[in-house]
Amino acid sequence: MASETHEATEIAADAAHGAADAAHGGAEAVGMPQLDLTTFSNQIFWLAVTLVVIYFVLSRIALPRIAAVLAERQGTITNDLAAAEDLKAKAVEAEEAYNKALADARAEAQNIIAQAKADMKADLDDAIAKADAEIGAKAAEGEKKIAEIRANAMESVKVVAKDTAKEIIAAMGGKADAKTVTAAITARMKG
Amino acid sequence: MATEAHGAEGGALELVFHPMDQFIVKPLFGDGQVGMFTITNVTLWMGLTILAIVGLLVLGTSGRATIPSRIQSIAELAYGFIRKMVEDVAGKDALPYFPYIMTLFIFIVFANFLGLLPMAFTTTSHIAVTAVMAMMVFLTVTILGFVKNGAGFLSLFWISAAPLPLRPILALIEIISYFVRPVSHSIRLAGNMMAGHAVIKVFAAFAPMILIGWIGVIVTPLSIIAITAIYALEVLVAFIQAYVFTILTCVYLKDALHPHH
Repeated sequence: MASETHEATEIAADAAHGAADAAHGGAEAVGMPQLDLTTFSNQIFWLAVTLVVIYFVLSRIALPRIAAVLAERQGTITNDLAAAEDLKAKAVEAEEAYNKALADARAEAQNIIAQAKADMKADLDDAIAKADAEIGAKAAEGEKKIAEIRANAMESVKVVAKDTAKEIIAAMGGKADAKTVTAAITARMKG
Repeated sequence: MATEAHGAEGGALELVFHPMDQFIVKPLFGDGQVGMFTITNVTLWMGLTILAIVGLLVLGTSGRATIPSRIQSIAELAYGFIRKMVEDVAGKDALPYFPYIMTLFIFIVFANFLGLLPMAFTTTSHIAVTAVMAMMVFLTVTILGFVKNGAGFLSLFWISAAPLPLRPILALIEIISYFVRPVSHSIRLAGNMMAGHAVIKVFAAFAPMILIGWIGVIVTPLSIIAITAIYALEVLVAFIQAYVFTILTCVYLKDALHPHH
C-alpha cells in the first residue's frame, strides 16, 4: 500500500505545491529514516568525529579548568574560614584584655578610694587628737586660773576675816593678839 | 505512511502529515547520495552541538572566576553533577573514566536540547547514533571487566546469594540480560527522542485546519495547546534521557569494576 499511495500523493502534492516541493528535493520519509541503512556510515563517521572532538575539548581544556577553579575556590573558602577563625580568636583575646583592664582599673579605683579614706581618717584622727589636747590644755589652764582666783579669794577672805575678827575683838574691849587670831582663822578656814 | 488528506475545498488546501521527514539524513549541499564523508545535516547539528559545548564549558569558564558568572555556574553544576554521579554510582575508582562519561552526557544532553529547536535535526533520535554509543559503553565495560577482574568478571552472572540449584538458571537469565543491555540502552534514547518529535509534528499538521473548514476553529487551538504541552514534556524528556543514559553507563561501569554482588 505504501508505495502506491506514495506515488499517487506525490503527484497530487506536485500539482498542488509546484515549486515549493522542489525544496524538499524528493526527500520524503518512506517508513522510518532511522532504518535507512545507507545513512548509517555517514552518521557513525560524524558521531565518531564529534565524540573525539568533545572528548579532547573536555579532557584537555574544560574539565581540568573547572577542576582547578573548584579546587581554588575550596582553598579560598578554607583560607577565609581559617582567617575568620583567627580574627575571632583575636576578638576574644581583645575582649579578655579589655575586661582585664576594666577589672584592674576598678581595683585601682577601689584602692585609691580606700587609701583616700584611710588618709582622711588619719587626718581626722590627728585633728581630733590635736583638738582634744588643746581642749585639755585649755581646760587645765582654766582650772589653774580658777584655783588661783579661788586662792586669791581665800586670801582676801582671810584678810577680811582677820580684820573683822580684830575689829570685833577690839570692839569687845580686848586686845587682839595678831598671831592667835591668824591661827584661829586659818584653822576655821580649813574646816 | 505519507498520508495526505484533501481539504473540503477539494485540493486547494490539504493537511500534510510528514512526521518522519524531520529525521531524514540529507546532504547539506546538492542532492547527491549520502556517502560516509558527505556533509549532511548530521554534520551540521553535531557541529552545533560541539560549538554549544565549547561555548558552555570552555568559553563559559574562561574567566576562571572564584565567584562564578552565571554561565560558569552552569558549567560547574554540570561538572559536579556528573562527577558526583560517577563517584556515587560506580565508586571512587571509577573517577578515571569520568571524562568519557562526561563526554557522553554532555553530547547527549546538548544534542537533545538542540533537537528541540524548531526545524532542527535531532541527531540522538537516530538508532545509528545511540547504538554506536551504547555499543561503545558495552564493549568498554566488558573489556574493562575482564581486564580488571580476569575470569572473576564472570561471577557477575553467578549469583552466590541464590540457592545452588537456581544458579544456572539465573546465570542464563543474567547473561541474556547482559547482552540485551546495549539494545535497551540505545533504543530507549532514540525511541524517546523520535516519538516525542514525531508526535509534535503530527499535532502540528492539524494546526492549519482553521484554513480548511469550520471544524478548524476547534481543532487548531487544541492542536496548538497539544504541541505546547508535548513540547514541555519533551524538554523534560531531553534531560531525563541524557541522565538515564549516563547513570546506566555508570551502573554498567560499576559492574565491571566490582562484579561481585
